[in-house]
Amino acid sequence: MSGEDVLVCGAGITSFARTEASGRQLAVRAVRSALADAGLPWSRVRAAYGGSDAAGNADTLVAELGLTGVPFTNVRNGCATGGSALVSAVNAIRSGAADVALAVGFDKHPRGAFDPRPADWGLDEAYGRDGLMVTTQFFAMKIQRYMHDHGISPRTLALVAEKAYANGVLTPHAWRRKPLDADEILASGMVNDPLTRYMFCSPGQGAVALILCNRAVARELGGTPVTLRAAVVRTRRFGSFEVFSPWAPPGTPTSVSADAAQHAFEEAGLEPRDIDVCQLQDTESGAEVMHLAECGFCEHGEQESLIPFGATRIDGSLPVNTDGGCIANGEPIGASGLRQVHEVVQQLRGRAGERQVPHDPSAGFTHVYGAPGVSACTVLTR
Amino acid sequence: MEGPLSAVPETGGRLRGSRCADCAVATYPADPVCPRCGGPAGPVVLSGTGTLWTWTVQRYAPKSPPYVPPVAGFAPFTVGYVELPEGVRVLAVLDVGPEDAEIGMPVTLAAGDGVPRAAGVAA
Repeated sequence: MSGEDVLVCGAGITSFARTEASGRQLAVRAVRSALADAGLPWSRVRAAYGGSDAAGNADTLVAELGLTGVPFTNVRNGCATGGSALVSAVNAIRSGAADVALAVGFDKHPRGAFDPRPADWGLDEAYGRDGLMVTTQFFAMKIQRYMHDHGISPRTLALVAEKAYANGVLTPHAWRRKPLDADEILASGMVNDPLTRYMFCSPGQGAVALILCNRAVARELGGTPVTLRAAVVRTRRFGSFEVFSPWAPPGTPTSVSADAAQHAFEEAGLEPRDIDVCQLQDTESGAEVMHLAECGFCEHGEQESLIPFGATRIDGSLPVNTDGGCIANGEPIGASGLRQVHEVVQQLRGRAGERQVPHDPSAGFTHVYGAPGVSACTVLTR
Repeated sequence: MEGPLSAVPETGGRLRGSRCADCAVATYPADPVCPRCGGPAGPVVLSGTGTLWTWTVQRYAPKSPPYVPPVAGFAPFTVGYVELPEGVRVLAVLDVGPEDAEIGMPVTLAAGDGVPRAAGVAA
């Protein structure tokens, strides 16, 4: 890593529960909250990056935030929208182009499963007509094979969701705040075998903003800054197994998550064993199980001797998705990646309230995965 | 109109894919460019039998459009990837019930009216 250090000096988040507010209104609230957290006025921001997948252009937020002339770049990069906005803000600080930068991600989706169109993905119309343009099918088929290869049980999938809802109870801004136990989750109705209804996240709404500063500004501000050691976005290599694929190559699939995580750890000069708290993409329970291994936190199959014994709970040896993840917060595509970073920042500052990880965690990791094979990872330290 | 997925009589229902001469990567549907090396790929008629690599069941009706349910209405159906000897896993609707679906089982694979369709065979 070269150039200026990058510190997160302000973090703002809205509720992820369903309300009447628009995505843009949520974004304005998140930015104001992050600025207040940092103790900086909007006029001090020298570069801004942000976006949503389905709730409008981030640069229009200047109408509410103030017409300061700040360069504001729209980012629209699917599930990596937040991560890509963050990488851009990081580069602005590292290069010296800005001493204060904003990254903001927000979204608001209609209820129900996402409904992609075959033409947008370069696929024959038959895939849509015959009912194969369904994201949940892919997640089910990936974990089905993984369970076969690595001996993961359906109950472990249920325990991942049980933990997500338990952590959601402790998280004021979460959408799903009622506990559900593993038996209820297993009995909630099969959606795509082996995944049941309560193992999935739902499209939702929410906004998150982060104020990044260089070391000099962070020192002036005081407070409890968190160092952003690495922010990385990668796309897939040949051999990966992705959503909406009419075919896949043979052999053990490559993983864009593994690639992004490895690059993030290299950039940070840290290893998975150094991490005290992490947030992993949990579109559904199986994703969290697989991403634990893909990101380097355990061997494939080892999850079966970790998750049932509480290792990934808030008081476990590696707390995962301490705010309830996507399962408890829903999936506003543009906001999820920055929600994860917000959560790690709060954990490292010791400000996570009832869901605080014990023993003063000093290093955290975040991971987003999405279609069509993109991953964004960060490493943060106190 | 014949789409790229339509059955071609002379292949006996077998799928038309492509294969790269250099790195032997096979794809379905056919792709004139190898997705691994970027070199030219030629047409190949894929095998009509393979093994089930993974599967799931579509338990709820997908959103319409684009989904067009059968005349009799939606009923849950099984989908999966079939691994062929050419070294390609093809997404197909399975004419195999959830109770009978098993990773590694032998299946036949053929072109259908729309997407490829697979069926169980005696082991």
